[in-house]
This record gives sequence, structure tokens and C-alpha cells, in this order.
Amino acid sequence: MKLLFERSVKGRGSDILPEITTGSYRPEAKYLRQSKMHLPEISEVDLGRHYTQLMKQTHGVNDGFYPLGSCTMKYNPRVDEETASLPNFTQIHPLQPVNTVQGCMKVLHKAGRLLCEITGMDAMTFEPAAGAHGEYTGLLLIRKYHQDRNDTERVNIIVPDSAHGTNPASAAMAGFKVVNIPSNDKGGVDLEALRAAVGKDTAGLMLTNPNTLGLFDPNILEITRIVHEAGGLCYYDGANLNAIMGRVRPGDMGFDCVHLNLHKTFATPHGGGGPGSGPVGCKEFLKKFLPCHMVEERDEFYYFADPEKSMGQVRSFYGNFLVVVKALTYILTLGKKGIPEASGKAVLNANYMMHQLKDHYHVAYDQICMHEFVLSLDDLKKETGVSAMDIAKGSLDFGIHPPTMYFPLIVHEALMFEPAETESRETIDEAVKIYLDLFEKAHSDPEYLHNAPHHCPIGRPDEVKAAREPVLKYEFND
Amino acid sequence: MFKNPEELKYTKTHEWVKEEDGLYVVGLTDFAQDALGDIVFVNLPQTGDTVTAGESFSDVESVKAVSDVFSPVTGIVAEINEEILDNPALVNEDCYGAWLIKVSDVTGTEELLDAAAYEEVCANEA
Repeated sequence: MKLLFERSVKGRGSDILPEITTGSYRPEAKYLRQSKMHLPEISEVDLGRHYTQLMKQTHGVNDGFYPLGSCTMKYNPRVDEETASLPNFTQIHPLQPVNTVQGCMKVLHKAGRLLCEITGMDAMTFEPAAGAHGEYTGLLLIRKYHQDRNDTERVNIIVPDSAHGTNPASAAMAGFKVVNIPSNDKGGVDLEALRAAVGKDTAGLMLTNPNTLGLFDPNILEITRIVHEAGGLCYYDGANLNAIMGRVRPGDMGFDCVHLNLHKTFATPHGGGGPGSGPVGCKEFLKKFLPCHMVEERDEFYYFADPEKSMGQVRSFYGNFLVVVKALTYILTLGKKGIPEASGKAVLNANYMMHQLKDHYHVAYDQICMHEFVLSLDDLKKETGVSAMDIAKGSLDFGIHPPTMYFPLIVHEALMFEPAETESRETIDEAVKIYLDLFEKAHSDPEYLHNAPHHCPIGRPDEVKAAREPVLKYEFND
Repeated sequence: MFKNPEELKYTKTHEWVKEEDGLYVVGLTDFAQDALGDIVFVNLPQTGDTVTAGESFSDVESVKAVSDVFSPVTGIVAEINEEILDNPALVNEDCYGAWLIKVSDVTGTEELLDAAAYEEVCANEA
């Protein structure tokens, strides 16, 4: 399909942009751009068609089932978008005096308190822009804590081998050394390996619970105890909070700080390139190290305050505020009853789906799962030549977004499913039937699946070429 | 299954090593390149860097994941295979020809396996 620049015709335009009413301003010559702007000139109708055409090449949660494991691509209620679009939230400036934006301040304060209640934390910052940024901020908290006690030998962050790739990356970015520990045969943390790994050099542990296999670690209290006894802190990666919100709290499991992905769990669409929000919560003893701009309240007046030994700002202003508005709307509309209902249904849906697939597909860890589960297609591939990739591509022809592929790395030919709570039993039944049909097809006509999808606008993009020779910008002739 | 030349030594972490003109030549095994899938980037150390047996000296990125490559020996990097940096696909095409680094001044090695013992490791993992 043609790009916007290729559709451009000189002199053509539209009235989409309003007249400039503020008068013109010409900066000094030295600030002026030297190269051509190359703004596409295009009529409104052609512009609309361009984006509609693009839209038809994608798959969103409004198109169909989207069981992308580890990513929580659930449907987000429209009401959350509605409140975030209210002009009193959108038509403000971050430098406005706080007495003119008390409502917005109250949103941040209230959302912080409610998320603290859900996670079992005492304070929360909304500055981090998304999940990995939250991890980084949480790790800086751990670093500040040890530095503040003049304990400079603690340089290691322990990460299990089933962790999200961002965990070791964030730890390295924050200046720590990453120590990997293996999983046990139930997919949980190997306690012996953990005991052997902790010591005077342990700064902390990063853990997702339930983990990336969709399994809740039954030894969690023992795990956090081992780390605490060695003098380290425990960091909770909130990527999988959708499985437990309203039922069990990271703070009660022994974690000292957490990050959440509001764009996974709390009603902001995910995967569109942002904006997201990765708030970081912590226990009272870490509060003094949090980033600046904590919202405090006195006599119903809300104001910003910097914690005593703040790490400083980790992002401009106060984070992605409108994402917080959506999260608050979501929490308030679901309420104390709805939040645990949502996580309960997420877990039920995953188990329901897994149970129906497991007589045919091999479940990597065959036990009750949380909000997601992992299949290993290793046997199927050996038997038929059909890989996890082929099955994923095959499901595209039936209007299903592929599950997560080849992750977690400790499972060969992995397919990871997360149906999420917003899917109906009918949708899951239909998807199960499709996956069982694909399983049969793998045996009867593997070639068909090697070439799948057969009915999509884009089939198998050349991933290797895209990685080796990426084209990242449009080259103009002049 | 996988062809593992008899004259090479292997590690449990799927690297091969051979002695050649006083240097230890290190590469990735057939099992490793097959498990990784199409390799799109290879990061190599610089000549003169120290490598330690059992520790990561390189990472390879495939369309599936980024993985560490562990050194079978302790020593100093004498030579790196520049060709691989430009064309990482060589590792997929000819993993026993497309070496990664050559190591000099070797002072110690990992536990090294012969082809038969290594094939057993692969069979257990597959």
C-alpha cells in the first residue's frame, strides 16, 4: 500500500487544521530549519482512506480474540476513555498553579491510595511512563536504600530464569549485576538455588508472581524471607497483577516495592505504542526515596511535595496523567466487589481454556494455572514439522491474534495464552475449537500450515530482513 | 539429527572449541543455531579482551530471543570473526565454519565434552 508521502500531491490540502488565530511569529534565521519539511499534501477524503486501509491490516481487541500471554490485552470499558476525554482533564497545563487544578490533584491522590490498597503498599509515584521505566525506578529505590545505609557491597539483583527480559535489563541499567537462578520442576523459584545465591552482595530480588508461566509460587513467603534475611529487598513486577488483584497483595507476600502496568491491568489500551503508565509503590521505609512531586493532602487541599531523600525526577512533570484518570475510573466503576471478580474470571477463563486443550496439546506445566498458561509444541513439531509459529500463523486465518510465541525461553516451542476476564465462554469455546482443528490440520496437511495465513492482508513478513536491514525512515528524492 | 564433528570439543552450553596453531577457536554448535533460529545480530568482544571459562563473552540475537554465549576457555581474545558481524546468517549456514573468536594465552577451560558426550547432552535437552 502507498505511504502518505507517496499519496501527496502538491497544492492539495484539507481544512482539518484550524486557522491560526494567535498571529505569526518568525524565529531568528539561525533557528530555522534548513531542510525541506516534506509535509504530505493530501485531501481529507484520501487521508481518511489511508488510515482506514492501515486499520484493516491490523488486529485489535475490537476485531476478535486476542490471547497474547504476558500482555493482558483485555477489553477496556469505554467509560474509562470518556472520563479521560473530559475537557477539565485534557485542557490543563502542567505548570498551572495547583489551586486551579485541585480536581486533577485529587485524582492522582485517590488513585495512589486505591492502588496502594490493592498492592499492600504505603506510597505510590505515577512518574514512570511504563513498565520497564517502573522497574528501573523501583531498582533505584533499592539502590538508594542501600546507599543511605552506607552498604555499598550490595551489587547483585537476583532474577529467576523465567523472568521478563526487562527485569535483567532494568537491573543492569540501574547499575546492578544480574544473578540468574533456575526454576524448579514445578516452574517456581528453586529455593536451594536462591539460598545459595543470596549473601552480603545481594541488593534484592525481582519477581513476578504469578510468574511468566502463569503459575503462582506457593513458596512466596519463604522466598521473600530468604532475601530479607540476607539483607536484600524484594521487588514485585506487577505485569501479572491481573491474576491476583483484589485477592492477594504483593505487600502481604513480603515485597517492599512494586510497579504496576496501568496499561495492562487498569483500563488503558496496550500495544499501540503508548502512552502507558508504570506507577511504583513502596512500603513506608522506602517512601523518602521516591521521585519528586508526590501529591499530599492537608485539610482537603492537594499539593506537591518532594520526599526527604528523593531520587529526583524520573520523568517530566507528573507522568502520563490521563492514564491515571482511566485507572481511577476503572477501579471506581468495578469497586471492591468487581476488582476480585475480574481477576477471578481471568483465572477461570485461562483454566477453562487450558483444560480443553490439554488432551491434544502438551501443557508445559500441567497444574492449575493463574491468568495464563503455556503450551509446548515441541512434540508436535517433532511429529509433524509444524511449529509454534505455524500454529500461531494458522490462527490468524480465523480472526484470532496469535498467542505469545517462544516465550518464556525455558519452554521450547512455547505458545502462551492469556484469554483475560473480558472474554465470554462462547468466544473461548470457539477459539478452542479452532486450535483443535489446527492441531488436526498439523497432522493431515502440515504444508498448509507452513504457508499460513492464507486469507490475511499480510502473511509472513520477512522478520530476518526486517531485523538485519531495517528501513526506519522514508527517503525523499530531493 | 545434528552433525557434531568428532575432532571438536563441546560445552554443555552448546559452544564448540578446537585447538588450532596454538589458539583456541570458539563457535556455536548446530544444536544452538537450530534452537535459536535465524540469527540477526552477533555481538563480539574486542581483540585483547579477557574471556573467562563459563562466563558470557558474546550475545547473539535471533528472531526469537537474545542469548548469551559462554566461553569454553579462560584467556585473551586474539582474533574475532569480523565477517560474522556483517553477516550473522553465516552461523546458521555453517556453524562449524563460522567461528566467533580465537583465544590465546589460555590458562583454563570449562568441562569439555567429546562429540558423543555432547550428543547425549543434546538428546536430554531435546
